[in-house]
Amino acid sequence: MSDKTIICRCEDLTVEEIREWISKGCDGFEEIKRATRIGMGACQGRTCRRHLIAELAHANQKSPAEIDLSTFRPPTKPLKFGAVAGVDQDD
Amino acid sequence: MDKAEILVIGSGPAGLKAALSAAEQGAEVTLVERDPFLGGQLVKQTHMFFGSKEQYAAERGFKIAEKLSREVEAHPGIRVLCDTTALGYYDDGVVSLEVKGRFATVKPQSLIMATGAQENTLMFPNCDLPGVYGAGAVQTLMNVHGIIPGKRVAMVGAGNIGVIVSYQLLQAGVEVPAIVEALPHIGAYHVHASKVRRMGVPIYTSHTVLSAHGKDSLEKITMVAIDQDRQPVAGTEQELDVDVLCIAVGLTPLTEILFQAGCKMVYIPELGGHVAMRSDTLETSVPNIFVCGDVGGIEEASAAMVEGSIAGLTAARNFGYGKDSYEDQLAAARRELDSLRSGPVGEKIRSGLKRLSSFGEVTQ
Repeated sequence: MSDKTIICRCEDLTVEEIREWISKGCDGFEEIKRATRIGMGACQGRTCRRHLIAELAHANQKSPAEIDLSTFRPPTKPLKFGAVAGVDQDD
Repeated sequence: MDKAEILVIGSGPAGLKAALSAAEQGAEVTLVERDPFLGGQLVKQTHMFFGSKEQYAAERGFKIAEKLSREVEAHPGIRVLCDTTALGYYDDGVVSLEVKGRFATVKPQSLIMATGAQENTLMFPNCDLPGVYGAGAVQTLMNVHGIIPGKRVAMVGAGNIGVIVSYQLLQAGVEVPAIVEALPHIGAYHVHASKVRRMGVPIYTSHTVLSAHGKDSLEKITMVAIDQDRQPVAGTEQELDVDVLCIAVGLTPLTEILFQAGCKMVYIPELGGHVAMRSDTLETSVPNIFVCGDVGGIEEASAAMVEGSIAGLTAARNFGYGKDSYEDQLAAARRELDSLRSGPVGEKIRSGLKRLSSFGEVTQ
């Protein structure tokens, strides 16, 4: 696969960049997310998560089932500030 | 903060049936849907369904959506919120929502997850060029909005979605010069695959897309034969002039909220990825949280509808609704599921469910 192949469109990351981080020892889902912001953009990882799991599984010689994911936090989609402005304190 | 007896997230085939089944027992249901209209992916399915008469065989998907949506909208026990996306689940059982652009919260006593799935993508050089589409997007463009995606479309994936969408493209007057499939065999029902073959579309099994080319948008792809280890076979590269590449390589369940709720999740490749462990009445490891349809494992819409019924009936029964008829209705639904999953067509889902059960029983 060529250097420029995009793995995470939202954060504009290439496969090469991710493999570099993995080869430097950053080989867990959580670490690589913190280092690169992969999966933290508009789609919240719904496009790249599968590819990252596959990359990590391959690099660590594990099955995808053995790859620990990072924490899923709300909100599941981008939200405008206006949407939360003036919301009741109970909410 | 709003309250709800049963909150159903997603109004595709599973969610519509779940809402109806629970409401028919007397439960109070709130149904939320991200889109401005009910029906989920059914609204773009212009092909006829298989399966049993109970599950709308020989009807077209969007007709089923219309019928069920009318029933849901007319039901006094169901409150429908469209343009509403579930944003998260919190420790105290509160679900946050975006309702028509405004933040809101609701605390349901029972939650039925019918969020469905999302399309898988492929990685290859220039996979981000305009003109590279998911098959769902192509179906939305053509079957919901009446817009063709391009003039010449190469399809990746010879499963049911890839083959059905190829046929729909042909019907819309679009050229389909190739269907590319990585597996050595065609995954689609043969009745669908035969139709596109008769119309002259070659299906290249054991092939993949090596790269896409184009300046501002897609102009050309290179495809290549692959060996048993899925490695490209040198010398088999072929170039194909296309302005659209349509990707139909499977779906992944949309499970974020289940993870947030702390449901026990396991990775089952046959079911499409991480799915929630659940009882035989589709209750997850968190009491009163249910899964039905693609979020629990990728399958046909017919099965999603039956699962929706099982989840809806059981969620209602847990609050004492419809106790007398519950066992009979559950048994009937189980029989329908068994019949939908029987035979060679159900092999993948059966093996996925078997693997899921090997992780043990759900204990709450």
